[in-house]
Amino acid sequence: MDNILPSYLILGAILFCIGLYGALSKKNAIIVLLSIELMLNASNLNFVAFAKYGPAPALSGQIFSLFTITVAAAEAAVGVAILLALFRNRGTSDVVEMDHLKH
Amino acid sequence: MGANLAVIWDNLTAFFSRGSNIVFTGLAVLIISAAVLMINYNKIVHMVLAMAVAFIGLGGLYVLLAAEFVAIVQILIYGGAMTILMIFGIMMTRHTNQEEQPRRPVFNALLLVGVIVLFGLLFYAIQGTAFVTGPALDPGADNTAAIGELVFNNHVIPFELVSVLLTVAFIGAIVMAKREEE
Repeated sequence: MDNILPSYLILGAILFCIGLYGALSKKNAIIVLLSIELMLNASNLNFVAFAKYGPAPALSGQIFSLFTITVAAAEAAVGVAILLALFRNRGTSDVVEMDHLKH
Repeated sequence: MGANLAVIWDNLTAFFSRGSNIVFTGLAVLIISAAVLMINYNKIVHMVLAMAVAFIGLGGLYVLLAAEFVAIVQILIYGGAMTILMIFGIMMTRHTNQEEQPRRPVFNALLLVGVIVLFGLLFYAIQGTAFVTGPALDPGADNTAAIGELVFNNHVIPFELVSVLLTVAFIGAIVMAKREEE
């Protein structure tokens, strides 16, 4: 067992599944955002693992993960801002109650 | 049966004879338990703190993968900024900090089954793939310098686009979060 890459991929898969469960089952919007961050982190782990143990190891994988982290930071900032605006207008941070388009 | 056990035992001892594998196992257990605790905690601040532990553990894994710069960025942005941002979000939105019990037991059970099936598929696919190992990664004498050279030589345009994206996103966030004056 000299190739540890599958272990990293399976750890990434576990984190992705936990994040998916959290994102779809939790009701507080902040926790939903955090779960999405966990899923993004799982994909980052795959990038960095392939950058070291893949068929063509290169630093590009690490650079790609840096870009992902940047986009995730932008997404989290905009997400929290939308939450604040929504909370100010409707007084809730419960995703079950965010159903404007239904009515 | 006994032979099988012996083979498994041999594989395990071979796996744990390398120090990096022991560190990997420890960090993986830490990250997974923090993530599961995040799902199970009732108080939202505890969830965010468990998540911070998971993010910092992932930073440790990046060090193990010879990505020191990404590890530091991970700890700064996720372990620090993201956690603080989320705690700010909680402070500014919640009045009760309890996450109520789920009101949707059927939905949650179905979701759990779906997630486990997804994980099973991923596991099957990963186990069934023969991964080719390439030559060893050359992280450069200085990982940060090597990454910097690559970013500013080969990936300049994505880098500039991402900086524009960040600026636009943060200005948008400020405008949206600002209290509207009547």
